[in-house]
Amino acid sequence: MSLLAFRGVACRRGGRMLFEGLEFTLARGGALSVTGANGAGKSSLLRIAAGLLAPAAGTVERVAAGLADARAALDEELPLARAIGQWIGRAEAGAALDRWALAALAGVPVRLLSTGQRQRANLARATAGGRALWLLDEPANGLDAPSRGILEAEIARHRAGGGAAVVATHQPVAMPGAAAVAL
Amino acid sequence: MTGRGLVERDLRRAWSSGGLVAPVVFFLLVAILFPFAIGPDTALLRRVGGGVVWAAALLAALLPVERLVGPDLEAGVVDQLVLAGWSEGGIAAAKVAAHWLGFAPALMAATLVAGALFDLDGAALVRLEGALLAGTPGLAALGVATAALTAGLRGAGAVAGLVMLPLALPLLIFGAGQGGGGGAGGWKLLLAVSLLLVAGAPVVAGAAMRTARE
Repeated sequence: MSLLAFRGVACRRGGRMLFEGLEFTLARGGALSVTGANGAGKSSLLRIAAGLLAPAAGTVERVAAGLADARAALDEELPLARAIGQWIGRAEAGAALDRWALAALAGVPVRLLSTGQRQRANLARATAGGRALWLLDEPANGLDAPSRGILEAEIARHRAGGGAAVVATHQPVAMPGAAAVAL
Repeated sequence: MTGRGLVERDLRRAWSSGGLVAPVVFFLLVAILFPFAIGPDTALLRRVGGGVVWAAALLAALLPVERLVGPDLEAGVVDQLVLAGWSEGGIAAAKVAAHWLGFAPALMAATLVAGALFDLDGAALVRLEGALLAGTPGLAALGVATAALTAGLRGAGAVAGLVMLPLALPLLIFGAGQGGGGGAGGWKLLLAVSLLLVAGAPVVAGAAMRTARE
């Protein structure tokens, strides 16, 4: 069963055609790496896959997805554990913080987090809650080497568990056996 | 996030940022200014009291409009709520509820003070509070719809005033009319206007948020 299927999808933004005739399917355990120059439509592709943006043409079959883009959607004034807990529940938030090596920061307000910490918090929020499909927009932005290791391990674990991930990135993120789309 | 969770979150953010203290203080200040400007003529103050309270409430409701929807759109919160299965209309309805809970009870408490300044007697004060109870849900709904329509604009606050104040006129007319002692027909019209705004605002605000997303 496929978790995400693009059939002849086109994307038009501001009167400009970014891509058209895009076809791919992503099965359980699969991964897709999306590359392309700035403004090529990588983020738009992810928003179409998430159902937040309607394609200009074509059809998209999708399951409910977790999306991590440039905006973390965490309340700045709350301690990290509560800010994430609002989205995925307190119990699950603890486990998510552990996975992304954020447990020590559970009580720190989100506005005090560094870029990399904030990005890990963003990923922790998006990848919790048992969504089978992960849509990650530049997930390695701001991450140091150990954190990038966590990211790659989490994606691998998710795929081994029957999930799938779409990753739009400029930086190398190791995903063995991933399909590639170049826009 | 559950509906209750979303309302509680909006309410907590409204109060913790101090965003709702300012409108209530502003409301009281306007109410205090009028007796000074008009002079100590109790009969005149009693006559204008209800209308002034309504005009002050309207202006106070306008103050927090800029942070009702715009920041959530910018921070990606609306996107994530949609991914979690919320419709934009549902988000807007939760925001109306939170906005009303955040500002109307405080405003009605402050009206007790304003009532004393205008020397309103018990019956007039009860009528005024009743009219506020009936009209403020419409005011909150209008605020959220305006916030969604103007989200992301430069100088959204000023534009919000231009959008919201004319649409609030029916509330002002019937609300202030009831404060002054209108008949049963006036109550029905006030409730009808308020209900129309409460029912229509989530649709308008939802459509505006959907447009802002794309």
